[in-house]
Amino acid sequence: MTFETVLFYGLAAASVGSAVVMVTRRSPVMSAIWLIINFFALAGLYLTLHAQFIAVIQIIVYAGAIMVLFLFVIMLLNLGDEEKLTEKISYRKIIGAGLSAGVLMELLAILGFSNIAFPEQNVDRAVQIGTVENIGKELFSTFLFPFEITSVLLLAAIVGAVLLAKRKLD
Amino acid sequence: MIPLQHYLILSAITFVIGAVGVVARRNAIIVFMSIELMLNSVNLTLVAFSSYLGDSTGQVLVFFVMTVAAAEAAVGLAIIIALFRNKQTVNIDEINILKW
Repeated sequence: MTFETVLFYGLAAASVGSAVVMVTRRSPVMSAIWLIINFFALAGLYLTLHAQFIAVIQIIVYAGAIMVLFLFVIMLLNLGDEEKLTEKISYRKIIGAGLSAGVLMELLAILGFSNIAFPEQNVDRAVQIGTVENIGKELFSTFLFPFEITSVLLLAAIVGAVLLAKRKLD
Repeated sequence: MIPLQHYLILSAITFVIGAVGVVARRNAIIVFMSIELMLNSVNLTLVAFSSYLGDSTGQVLVFFVMTVAAAEAAVGLAIIIALFRNKQTVNIDEINILKW
């Protein structure tokens, strides 16, 4: 057992465990906090893959910005004490969970029992491509047009969010 | 050295947990957070392939997925606020005005 293996399996267990806890919590605030823990575990997994830039923006954008937005909305709606959402076991839930389990079995069968030749990692190359410098170069050369379009998407999302959340249209 | 399959299996498990959250939970905010979980599991697949194939396109794609997720979270939460203002609930069983 090398340090790398311990790190990977530890982070994988943290990721799956926090995801299960997040889905099963009653209170949305607890769910959000467990999701943040899941995001941190995922950032660690990105680091084990030598993707430094993605790991950093995972924490800044997801754990920082998006989850603060979620917590803000949960607090704004004030659902905490008047939680009357009864979560009953219905046939729809059982069918849904069963179908999801079927999908999981299929994916595991594909990954586990097929004879696809999975590539081996070239660590030097992986370290090289995960840096901010390399991702920045790619973003501003090969992917310049999608990158610029992203700003239009964000503008549309800002305008849409303001319009939707506004009390009355005038 | 961890084989690529282990990352993919982890990603599949997280994706299915998110899918169960979407189909089984009734609280709109938790359904929304489960969708974020599913997006993240796909991001893990992209980063794993990018790292193992030595191609940075996967990581650039993750960057775009995060941007879309941020936009989607802003608009989705605005919709939830608007719904809550109209119906005083976030239970998706009671929000069925599009169903006849």
